[in-house]
Amino acid sequence: MQRSEPVTDTSNFSARRGEPLVVVDHVEKHYGQFHALKDVSLSVDRGEVVVVIGPSGSGKSTLCRTINRLETFTSGSIRIDGEELPKEGKALAALRADVGMVFQSFNLFAHLSVLDNVTLGPIKVKRQSKADAERAARVLLERVGVAQQAEKLPGQLSGGQQQRVAIARALAMNPKVMLFDEPTSALDPEMINEVLDVMVGLAQDGMTMIVVTHEMGFARKAADRVVFMADGQVVEEAVPEQFFTAPTSARAKDFLSKLITH
Amino acid sequence: MGIITDNLDLWSSTLLGTLVLFVAGGLLALVLGTMVGAMRVSPIPVARAVGTFYVNTIRNTPLTLVFFAFAFALPPLLGLRLTGDVSLTLAICALGIYTATYVAETIRSGINTVPVGQAEAARALGLTFGQVMTLVVLPQAFRSVIPPMMSVFIALLKNTTVAAGFSVVNLGSVRSYLSERGENQFIAIVWVMVVFVALVLLLSWAQRALENRWKVAR
Repeated sequence: MQRSEPVTDTSNFSARRGEPLVVVDHVEKHYGQFHALKDVSLSVDRGEVVVVIGPSGSGKSTLCRTINRLETFTSGSIRIDGEELPKEGKALAALRADVGMVFQSFNLFAHLSVLDNVTLGPIKVKRQSKADAERAARVLLERVGVAQQAEKLPGQLSGGQQQRVAIARALAMNPKVMLFDEPTSALDPEMINEVLDVMVGLAQDGMTMIVVTHEMGFARKAADRVVFMADGQVVEEAVPEQFFTAPTSARAKDFLSKLITH
Repeated sequence: MGIITDNLDLWSSTLLGTLVLFVAGGLLALVLGTMVGAMRVSPIPVARAVGTFYVNTIRNTPLTLVFFAFAFALPPLLGLRLTGDVSLTLAICALGIYTATYVAETIRSGINTVPVGQAEAARALGLTFGQVMTLVVLPQAFRSVIPPMMSVFIALLKNTTVAAGFSVVNLGSVRSYLSERGENQFIAIVWVMVVFVALVLLLSWAQRALENRWKVAR
């Protein structure tokens, strides 16, 4: 993918690299009887790229969604840039504006054009003028390679294009951290790479990222750290090379061995 | 045709009365119903409770009873003198408040057709509940409920005739006036029917136009 300038010159990232930006502290979550997250703690530094992997039902997507409170949690705390996650209302909305989220099913607003999808947040949340927001949106759409589709509706785009628009939509808010919840799991194989390329580019630009994925290649290439989850717990954390070549836990060894046989 | 041409004054004033009741009552129903529909899915328990109570009481009450309440019970309470304008306003309120319950339920079913991911994506951008509803969820909900919503408005159009019983002039009053002028009541009723069929056909045409315009949305 062609490299381009960072999103805007007022970007939140790049400065103060290395401080904890997202701190998940002893978080527990129950769905009725089901214990979805068990005493999960995780700290992600500014500029760090953390890839969360694990089998289905391990709680990795739940953790990702809990970080911007799309899911509530039972106990524990989550802090973003030093601020405790508010429970609801305007304060929560304001905090979410600083946390970009990319979903497995894209979730582009079906009734709005690609351009309007990207400008909605900046105009309505950040109170930018329409002209400024559209200018910035076109730069972002160019960056993710879908500038030609700006006037189309999401339904007229391929899955890979939709997901790249979704990334642009999240970036338009100039977030401190980006959450990716299995961003390539709903894509045809040939479209996975076009999305991963955009994500690798973001990682190289210093964006703080938490990525839930099954793409081990991306984890090896772009992650600073791999977090392995199973049964609602963080089982193992390591740099990618160490995790993939010498996992310490039996659960991780088992998981990795199943990947390689296919 | 003599029954029409000889009584043009009557037909035009009653048709105007029906249209005023329909348009004003419809606007009130649409605004109020949309608000109540949104309340019923809101995260605030009090709002949900108020919305549910409103729908369950007013929708379960016969329209004539709602009219009785507005035409006879309310004016003494508010110290209103029943002039023509006051009666018309009260009739519009009765129709709007009654129809709003149906609009609310239709909107709510439309909201349920919008994938939950749409609202999640909107919340993740930092939009407030009100913005999520007005900018993302309701526009898509409206598109998916055009046919049942139009049925609600067709019912409203026909319900306007109930106002005739409460001295608000509309097409429902035509028969009695024409009868006083010595016209054949049966023919009068047939012509009123023809006018209603024509008006409803207009609404059906509007429905098709809206559906065609919005069908690319998903």
